Amino acid sequence: MIRFALVFAAIVSLTSPAAAAIDIKDVTSPGGIKAWLVEEDTVPFTALELRFAGGASLDREGKRGAINLMTGLLEEGAGDLDAQGFTIARDELAASFRFDVGRDGLSVSARFLTENRDEAIALLKLALTEPRFDQSAIDRVRAQVLSGIRSDNTDPNTIAGDRLNLLTYGDHPYATRLDGTLDSVSALTRDDVLNAYSDVIVRDRVYVGAAGDIAGDELAALLDDLLGDLPTGGAPLPEVADVALDGGVTVEFLDVPQSVALFGHTGIQRDDPDFFPAFVANEAFGGGGLNSRLSLEVREERGLTYSIGSFLVNWDLSNMVLGQFATANETVAEAIDVVIDEWRKVAAEGLSQEELDAAKTYLTGAYPLRFDSNASIARILVGMQMDDLPIDYVVTRNSKVEAVTLEDIKRVTKRLYRADDLHFVIVGQPDGLEEVN
Amino acid sequence: MRFAVLALTSWLVSAPFVAAEMAVTNFELDNGMEVVVIENDRAPVVVHMVWYRVGAADEPSGASGIAHFLEHLMFKATGELASGELSETVKANGGSGNAFTAQDYTGYFQRIASDRLELVMSMEASRMDGLRLVPADIAPERGVVIEERNQRVENDPGALFGEQMRAAQYLNHPYSIPIIGWMHEASALTLEDANAFYEQHYGPNNAILVVAGDTTPDEVRALAEEHYGVIPPNPNIVARDRVQEPPQLAERRLRYSDPRVGNDYVMRTYLAPERDPGAQKEAAALTLLAEVLGGSQTTSVLARKLQFEDQASVYTAAWYSGQSLDDTTFGVVNVPVPGTTLEDAEAALDESLAEFMEEGVDPAKLERIKTQIRASEVYALDDISGLANRYGSALSAGLTVEDVQAWPDILQSVTEADIMAAAERVFDRRKAVTGFVQRSTEEVTQ
Repeated sequence: MIRFALVFAAIVSLTSPAAAAIDIKDVTSPGGIKAWLVEEDTVPFTALELRFAGGASLDREGKRGAINLMTGLLEEGAGDLDAQGFTIARDELAASFRFDVGRDGLSVSARFLTENRDEAIALLKLALTEPRFDQSAIDRVRAQVLSGIRSDNTDPNTIAGDRLNLLTYGDHPYATRLDGTLDSVSALTRDDVLNAYSDVIVRDRVYVGAAGDIAGDELAALLDDLLGDLPTGGAPLPEVADVALDGGVTVEFLDVPQSVALFGHTGIQRDDPDFFPAFVANEAFGGGGLNSRLSLEVREERGLTYSIGSFLVNWDLSNMVLGQFATANETVAEAIDVVIDEWRKVAAEGLSQEELDAAKTYLTGAYPLRFDSNASIARILVGMQMDDLPIDYVVTRNSKVEAVTLEDIKRVTKRLYRADDLHFVIVGQPDGLEEVN
Repeated sequence: MRFAVLALTSWLVSAPFVAAEMAVTNFELDNGMEVVVIENDRAPVVVHMVWYRVGAADEPSGASGIAHFLEHLMFKATGELASGELSETVKANGGSGNAFTAQDYTGYFQRIASDRLELVMSMEASRMDGLRLVPADIAPERGVVIEERNQRVENDPGALFGEQMRAAQYLNHPYSIPIIGWMHEASALTLEDANAFYEQHYGPNNAILVVAGDTTPDEVRALAEEHYGVIPPNPNIVARDRVQEPPQLAERRLRYSDPRVGNDYVMRTYLAPERDPGAQKEAAALTLLAEVLGGSQTTSVLARKLQFEDQASVYTAAWYSGQSLDDTTFGVVNVPVPGTTLEDAEAALDESLAEFMEEGVDPAKLERIKTQIRASEVYALDDISGLANRYGSALSAGLTVEDVQAWPDILQSVTEADIMAAAERVFDRRKAVTGFVQRSTEEVTQ
């Protein structure tokens, strides 16, 4: 017991935030492609992250799912190599290429050993510049996409997301699932896939982050080689999304023992002067772990859910505050009441000094821990560039968190948490819950 | 491009990858606690884990889910900590942490700046022998666990069916019971159940400490002796000696229908041997067999035959995890294209397996898999949590540090003949469960 008290005394002096000890280099290739790089030569490989802005939101009218299908086909044959040949070549190099698409970007996450870097980049270039889109591959991957859609169509979380997105975004691309519907995907042709490719994979919309065993001049040369042959242009980016969501409750009945709840209203822009106070406030209110207000009230006190959280969501074209939980059908109404009460309370009163201090020490202490692998560093570097953050952001970020005061919190929670605007989508068979719209 | 690719093949055969350097030290404290230190100064971070050699398969009959429920309750008060204080303190120091329960082990971990290792160690030590549960802890946390079961299992037809498969696979061994517990038993767990399980199984002599990251064996030893070394061994702890399977003589077949199934599929698991200390060769052959048969959606045997040649399937896979204290399973699955009966899907799967048994392993494919395994040892150095998990899970499932370190070389030593011999032995239908999962015709929404 005494051993314990001594440890705590020692810790107090240690809680000052560690600075993120990483050195980000700004690299521009001779051909004009920009990248951010963190050199780290202790392990002989490199993680390279590319993101093409626009992503699945560039789907053409009536072609929902085309960009997602195209993304799945990038590793299914290129140049002289069919799908089998491409996989064999990649596996022989022990490289890994992951192609993924989201609302705002198509990402390529590559990992390759130093000793065969040139061969790995040549193969990746083939996938990006000469994808074959063979009809047999289209049919095969389409069948996989359709099977995923069929599974998602009975998944309560997906149903809740679909309904909330539709209520929120109307006819904006954000309103619908990016993998499309059974009908839209079934109708896609090879021409649609080719259009999706030329709409998205363009040189002037790519953001690049790299981390690992590679020098700046090596990366610069590699980028021209990898991306220099891509065209410029692409489909026009969509407009900022209008949010049409009003306060209320929407119920989608589904025969499951536990209801899923997804809720939210509009949020705050990433470049708003009050973004940092909002970010800190939400950490204390609904952030990760069991110590947030929402978690303490809904999980720890009442045992109503396994997990609950609220999130500031900053898409390129929309900002939201979203939250979610899942609870037995009998306790949905009670859980909603608790959430609304907490929403009103934090808006009216802000946070306590203790809550603010705890959120700050967590956020500042956790930040350097994010930079713990080449892949995560490369992803962070891309994210920072897409958010238009300065290259020294990693150095200044913690002091922005530190600078948040109780007054800042009070000002921002009043503006950010608006209980009357909250819309809940419930999927399940909730007891005693009226739809309110 | 083709030339470049072909030229590479010869390079691969001749050149091994740069050997991955990893400093691993292990020792034992006087009270029986095992310690593994993995040095990696890639970032100023440590992962601190305590693994207990007790899991769901060690539960008393009728109290399924108690190992997992206790894992949740371990975040309540101890002699030194208030309820929730451990998590709060970790978070307030910028760290993250959690816990997990498996059939063979229960683990607790924190990931935090390396200058705060002592803080998390002191708190973890406090709950090793000082948990102080009170009656008010039980009802809310049991509610949380029930909602976890609802979320992970009851709301997911695939998870519900997986429980039925395991229950049919094991005739006698407790691996037949879900980790989270059957609903009717998990709903009835009590404070007494939790305390009894804690007193029976927790203590330094049933624990493995794994610290990975920016630290040294000397630092860990000094801190571990100060915080864990003072805890006396728990005399209740005895070696695990679970009931074992009788000879399995009769194939089992299951049919499951649920309106929430998106895609019909056929799945089969075979009872299979696990990795044993000093005897990992058969498990290595089965690990490679799973890779050869179903490790890739493009080039593995099942994908080639069913997804490419016949275009009869949307998805196929094979899997095997040798890390298990007792008999494990080898599994295959076939998701046919819509409109195919599951009888036909099973026949196609069996035909593919039969052809494979005739044709044998493609040597080039095996070489590529071994290449990737070698490279994965390089990539692993960039993931300290993964390294810590590798040692912790192996040691708590009965293996030794030497077994973990020998494993990559054993995988490399496996021949095509070894794989085929292992396949002959494991593909025994008398030890298999075959399951048909179908969407029932009633409507899902009401």
